[in-house]
Amino acid sequence: MPDTTTDATADTVTATKALLEVDHVTLKFGGLTALDDVSFEIREGEILGLIGPNGAGKTTCFNVMTGVYRPTSGQVRFDGTPLTKMKRYKITKLGIARTFQNIRLFKSMTVIENVLVGADAHSKVGFWDALLRTPRYRRTEGEARARAAELLELVGIKARHDELASNLSYGDQRRLEIARAMATGPKLLCLDEPAAGFNPAEKVKLMELIRKVRDAGYTVLLIEHDMRLVMGVTDRIVVLEFGQKIAEGTPAEIRDNPAVIAAYLGVDEDAS
Amino acid sequence: MHFDVLFNNLPAFTVGGLVFGAIYALIALGYTMVYGVLQLINFAHSEVFMYGTFAVAWVFVLLHGTDSVSWSLGRAIPLLLVALVAAMAMSAGIALLLERVAYRPLMKKNAPKLIALISAIGASFALSEAMGLRDRFAGWFGLEDNLSDYVAKARDVYSNPVTIQPHDLFSVGNYSVTDVDLVVIGAALLMMVALDTFVRRTRFGRGIRAVAQDPESAALMGVNSTRVVQVTFLVGGLMAGAAATLYMLKIGSTRQNAGFLLGVKAFTAAVLGGIGNLRGALLGGLVLGVAESYGSAVFGSQWKDVVSFVLLVLILLVRPSGLLGEALGKARA
Amino acid sequence: MNPVSTALRAVAANWDRMIDGFHRKPLPVRIAVMVVIALFFYALPLLRPPIITTNSIDFGGVMFGVVAFALVALGLNIVIGYAGLLDLGYVGFYAVGAYTTGVLTAYHGAWPFFLVLPISIAVTMVFGVVLGAPTLRVRGDYLAIVTLGFGEIIRICLVNVEWLGAAAGIKDIPHPPSIGPNPEGPFAGKKGLFDIPRVQWDGIVPSLDWDHATHFLTFGAGDAIPYYWLLLSVVLLVIAADRLVKASRVGRAWEATREDEDAAELMGVPTFQYKLMAFALGAAIGGMSGAFKASGQGGYINPQTFPLLLSMLFVAAVIVGGAGNRWGAVAGGALVAYLPERFRDINDYRLLLFGLALTVLAIWRPEGLLPPRRTRRVKAAEAEIEAIEEGELEEGAHA
Repeated sequence: MPDTTTDATADTVTATKALLEVDHVTLKFGGLTALDDVSFEIREGEILGLIGPNGAGKTTCFNVMTGVYRPTSGQVRFDGTPLTKMKRYKITKLGIARTFQNIRLFKSMTVIENVLVGADAHSKVGFWDALLRTPRYRRTEGEARARAAELLELVGIKARHDELASNLSYGDQRRLEIARAMATGPKLLCLDEPAAGFNPAEKVKLMELIRKVRDAGYTVLLIEHDMRLVMGVTDRIVVLEFGQKIAEGTPAEIRDNPAVIAAYLGVDEDAS
Repeated sequence: MHFDVLFNNLPAFTVGGLVFGAIYALIALGYTMVYGVLQLINFAHSEVFMYGTFAVAWVFVLLHGTDSVSWSLGRAIPLLLVALVAAMAMSAGIALLLERVAYRPLMKKNAPKLIALISAIGASFALSEAMGLRDRFAGWFGLEDNLSDYVAKARDVYSNPVTIQPHDLFSVGNYSVTDVDLVVIGAALLMMVALDTFVRRTRFGRGIRAVAQDPESAALMGVNSTRVVQVTFLVGGLMAGAAATLYMLKIGSTRQNAGFLLGVKAFTAAVLGGIGNLRGALLGGLVLGVAESYGSAVFGSQWKDVVSFVLLVLILLVRPSGLLGEALGKARA
Repeated sequence: MNPVSTALRAVAANWDRMIDGFHRKPLPVRIAVMVVIALFFYALPLLRPPIITTNSIDFGGVMFGVVAFALVALGLNIVIGYAGLLDLGYVGFYAVGAYTTGVLTAYHGAWPFFLVLPISIAVTMVFGVVLGAPTLRVRGDYLAIVTLGFGEIIRICLVNVEWLGAAAGIKDIPHPPSIGPNPEGPFAGKKGLFDIPRVQWDGIVPSLDWDHATHFLTFGAGDAIPYYWLLLSVVLLVIAADRLVKASRVGRAWEATREDEDAAELMGVPTFQYKLMAFALGAAIGGMSGAFKASGQGGYINPQTFPLLLSMLFVAAVIVGGAGNRWGAVAGGALVAYLPERFRDINDYRLLLFGLALTVLAIWRPEGLLPPRRTRRVKAAEAEIEAIEEGELEEGAHA
């Protein structure tokens, strides 16, 4: 399938530079090819949707980007730096943050502490700073707390900052995951099915939040099942099927793309 | 370093290592099965074994008396078979008791694994001490005189009155393999094959594998997980009883704290082979036994345990999931 | 539900309520209470209150053992409670610290104690890093067995290496330097800066016993109380340091790693480094405790001082107290050291009872005696949810 990123909207976006490049990435698990020569890029300031039927390789692709899996061949570059063989926490420091499809909060920690863990990603405070309460410690800790409070405000759970993460409602846990990821100070925020389990009203609120996040200067990669959400909020969409990219373009183009329709029709009941 | 000692007596050290390795492997099964199903280290399994060794000695005292005699293996076989049944019953009983008292209440509460380990450590202390205090318990009922053959000097080494004299069968190099060596290794292998078949072929075996893989789905599919856990402990106990019999056949004496080091070794063997993997336990046990035996030849017997632990660390570094991988849940287990 | 478990539950609830109540008090009140408690513990071996005082053996010595255990438990709490790493060979570090002190102050050198103390801590820390660097990469469950092996290796080395005194151990390890003139014999003459009498109890009537006064501050062979004071002070310092570090980025990184290692790594926590740090810090505190043990009243260590069984007791102390809470660790360590000494009258049964108590405690109160406050909050929330669910079920049944 040829790329169809040639219409007017896409052109304006192309003007900005590519933040993350997935360059001919192939990933094999034993005999199984999970990703087959996938290439696309995420441009600065856009919201890119990554969609596909169940088992298409969305989360796998996501895991390659965040360093959980190493590609069998090909390369992922972030801001021009290849991510191959880079340690996961270093990738985070470089500016990629993510949420998890199946929520993975630090359950026995409070809401604010969860966000602080994210905020600590760039902290240089070490054991001695903490023990001696050095000026650096005080400054960093103060900044981190202020930032965490700000982010909790943004996602709308500030009132619950002293709750244990495990005591939050499902929706709030998803919101907290977003705040925690944002706290790492990323350039690229990757959301793995953030709307899973949400009702329509919550989904609308989530769409607003994602837009707010983008307007705050983040680039967003959104993996999502829900077509309405994806169509409503993304600038461009990449479609995967069976580990291969079958289409790329604006939401309008994707909606009319016969290959995408074929991939979804009768294949996936979630594609409502 | 005495490599010459090792090379000049290679067959002797190999066979000696395999004999102990077989015993380690049988005990390791108990650890590996419980770990495979519950993901917890049944620290008290060493006491399950220890009680089995006492059962063996008691059978001989009961059926033969306390006169110290030396028998050939053939003459001892009828008594050994009775002892085997008694030891398996004893060990299985202790294992089931452990499951009921120290684990099931915790599993119901869904307590953290660490707590289960503490409970097991506590149970291990209690069981070992209870054996060491058996004279007192007999005293409570005024039975210390009647039972003195069984309970006197409770904290000392307790020997089987019948010493089993090994007979040379055939030579490998400069070492004569004895009937005792062969019986220990052969019996252990036989038990392993039987267990392997049990887990792969029977309904309970399928249940064990199902629970090991995914307890929740197994429960939804109608597997009675409490029952499966019980069977797991039971089977581990039976194997430990068999190990205890072979141990008494080879060593001839036991003690209330005899379980601890053997338990640690057996657990090492389980990890070495890949915990949760039955065949791994066999391989791990044999490798550990032989390595220890070679190590004690080269470095001196006081360094035997160091050799086995260093080996464990090295193998874990190269193959973190053990020699054969962790696989009770997998079909090939 | 049977009456016994109901009663136990009530006791537990009251206990938790008392702790929570304390945490709600204003800061000055809390500090004042803490100071009073600390002073009470300093004075405890002199006060010799009836019931808790051990009569058959020197109470000061018992109390020294109690604080030594509490210190070890504090160190192990960092490893188990904060970072979630199960270390079953902690006695190895304890032994390394003790032997470093023994070797440098007595066996192969005659260096002063307070110079050797930091060296012992550093050496133990190096052992922690050397053991941790390869093993902390493997799965958590295996760490237990690898550390268990380490503890045993250390013990075997102690028994077999002549350079370390082999089975005979190391004798005549010098004590920490005394302040004031040294005494010649136990309780002989007025030595040290001044004397502090102990309290004698005739039933419930106290009186001062000047014949058994403690010399301030004389580290001799006769009186364990000065060692106790020294070590208690160290424990208080370690608690303070623990508090500062735990409430910082470092503590959060440990906790996040314990909760979900992958997620922590993806949130930018260098999890391996933090696990190694926890392991090394834990080792260092274990080594420190060992150094004090070596230079203690007896001034004698041998391989039998460090059986692998001790590791189990250390772990038990942390879990019994409530993993993750420094006060819980201290209390657990103290109890595990104290109870067997107190009940020496039933000497033969004490290990049996100890084992049973561990199992009963694990089942009755899995979160430990003094769990971290948040563990209790999680429990409370779980109970609430359970109650709601049950209520809904019942409603459903009625409908």
